[in-house]
Amino acid sequence: MAKTLMKGNEALAEAAIRAGCKAFFGYPITPQNEIPAYMSYHLPLRGGVYLQAESEVSAINMVYGAAGTGTRVMTSSSSPGISLKQEGISYIAAGELPCVIVNVVRCGPGLGGIHPGQGDYFQAVKGGGHGDYRLIVLAPGNVQEMADLTTLAFDLADKWRNPVMILSDGILGQMMEPVEFADQQGVSKMEKPWATTGAVGREPNIINTLDIVPESLEKRNYELLAKYEKIKGEEIRWQEVGTEDADLILVAYGTSARVARSAMELARKEGLRVGLFRPISLFPFPEVQLGALAGPQREFLVVEMSAGQMLEDVRLAIEGRSPIHFINRLGGMVPTPEEVLAKVKAVLGREG
Amino acid sequence: MKTVFQKPEALTNATMHYCPGCTHGVIHRLVAEAIDSLGIREQTIGVASVGCSVFAYDYFNCDMQQAAHGRAPAVATGIKRVLPEKMVFTYQGDGDLASIGMAEIVHAAARGENITVVFVNNAIYGMTSGQMAPTTLIGQKTATSPRGRSVSETGYPIKMCELLATLEGPSYLARVSSHDTRHIIQAGRAIKKAFEMQQQKKGFAMVEVLSTCSVNWGMTPIESMNWLAENMIPYYPLGVYKDITAQEGD
Ligand SMILES: Cc1ncc(C[n+]2csc(CCOP(=O)(O)OP(=O)(O)O)c2C)c(N)n1
Ligand code: SF4
Ligand SMILES: [Mg+2]
Repeated sequence: MAKTLMKGNEALAEAAIRAGCKAFFGYPITPQNEIPAYMSYHLPLRGGVYLQAESEVSAINMVYGAAGTGTRVMTSSSSPGISLKQEGISYIAAGELPCVIVNVVRCGPGLGGIHPGQGDYFQAVKGGGHGDYRLIVLAPGNVQEMADLTTLAFDLADKWRNPVMILSDGILGQMMEPVEFADQQGVSKMEKPWATTGAVGREPNIINTLDIVPESLEKRNYELLAKYEKIKGEEIRWQEVGTEDADLILVAYGTSARVARSAMELARKEGLRVGLFRPISLFPFPEVQLGALAGPQREFLVVEMSAGQMLEDVRLAIEGRSPIHFINRLGGMVPTPEEVLAKVKAVLGREG
Repeated sequence: MKTVFQKPEALTNATMHYCPGCTHGVIHRLVAEAIDSLGIREQTIGVASVGCSVFAYDYFNCDMQQAAHGRAPAVATGIKRVLPEKMVFTYQGDGDLASIGMAEIVHAAARGENITVVFVNNAIYGMTSGQMAPTTLIGQKTATSPRGRSVSETGYPIKMCELLATLEGPSYLARVSSHDTRHIIQAGRAIKKAFEMQQQKKGFAMVEVLSTCSVNWGMTPIESMNWLAENMIPYYPLGVYKDITAQEGD
């Protein structure tokens, strides 16, 4: 198929429909509005259901209900709306219901601003709602990945019976790039014998997250933890560019990784040996893969549009075996490649 | 031997956990009888809410989902929208439906969401041991209105049938009671009607069942039946608040 020029949010929505998403429940919030707009036009024409809910709370609970029937279902929102969804996300994770949740992150805290941010990293990868649970979190770095990771998200959700979050941001959602969609034939159809579709000739199926017997809830907790460990074993995704000979490795995801990549190219032109490590799955985090690059001969520079959230996971991966530096912008400001380059030079002792 | 009375097929064999004098169990039976009489057990997906009836998923012999507190109408909407030919009902208490879940129930009703809602109003938060509910009567003593509910501090009890009747969306709204045999039979008819409305794709139908919480009201079973009749019914008048089939000249 030929490449089409599309906004990130629209590419994500189109990929979801192609992945067999049959229901979308959302609530308006900038900068993700293109997703519900696209869904409301296209989904009903292609055999699906679109409904604007009365709040993000309701939208995520509609997702719970639809996911419980085994239907491929998605919701999207941005930071303040994702906070409202956390109750439902915890229930969905506890009920092991497959679904895709998109966060086109803006800057916070509070109402914050409508410009891009990465301050929802902790919320996305460490749980976010109450109780011990994890989402699978995927971070696209361009419009093509907005599409490709959405396709993957639906497959992973079904495979692991787990909610999957696409952690995008305001820039990736709004920017236009050429995109090519994966072939339709591949939509995987998983059997879902647990789904509540009407107990025709079988025992009733129950979607439930309550268990008031500590012995049995603890068992359930350990089952979930075992699943997350398996996910860590099988679903780590990342990209490395120029890390082999690097004296300094930039670590960044999403929009920050685009900036870091440009900074890396500028640095290479000046003869500086700089590489880029880009986590694509934020949970599971490529901890071992990043850790393997650590050593006394090398330094790391984390680039984020947050106060230093992924930075903590980088520290856990490096375990003090290399110096780690940090550069960030906040409040909807995006670091420039030149700013990052200046920091690279400062770290390598070339300038400043 | 001739069978004169038996458990509806739409109830499981599980022993219910309800207190003596609690009418949740009776209302479960009425829902199950309605499901049986319409022959829809295998087509039905129920949504249990958070309250004393949270274990409803163990009692109804059909597919069930258990929803977060107040969110049952949203969960039911999610189910019904993707499986429009199935029968979907919620079973919710007054704290669940009229307080934390107010937005969900009003919007499900406003959309005319084609679901059946069984709303059990016992004027109290039963499960959390008897706190004031949005439906607690003026002057009623609860764990969190120890001197009796006062209007100056907490306003007035909410009449859900009347409130939802202002919307175009609902097809059927009725308030019934569960305190004696005659009313239980009427309640059963209303619940069946609310399922029939869904079957005929008429849209949102809700039956509010006035119910007891003997334990948290601090009464014997018989006292609580009498208290319901003498105090709840005057404030929450029984009757049909909306029925679009009646307007159709039925
Ligand atoms: C988000 C949230 N808040 C509070 C609770 C605690 N809670 C459990 S049941 C309940 C009240 C239920 O009262 P009602 O809906 O009237 O049902 P009843 O027990 O009276 O049948 C509350 C507040 C909860 N489970 N979840
Ligand atoms: S606490 Fe009240 S509502 Fe709950 S089971 Fe007992 S009597 Fe029924
Ligand atoms: Mg109650």
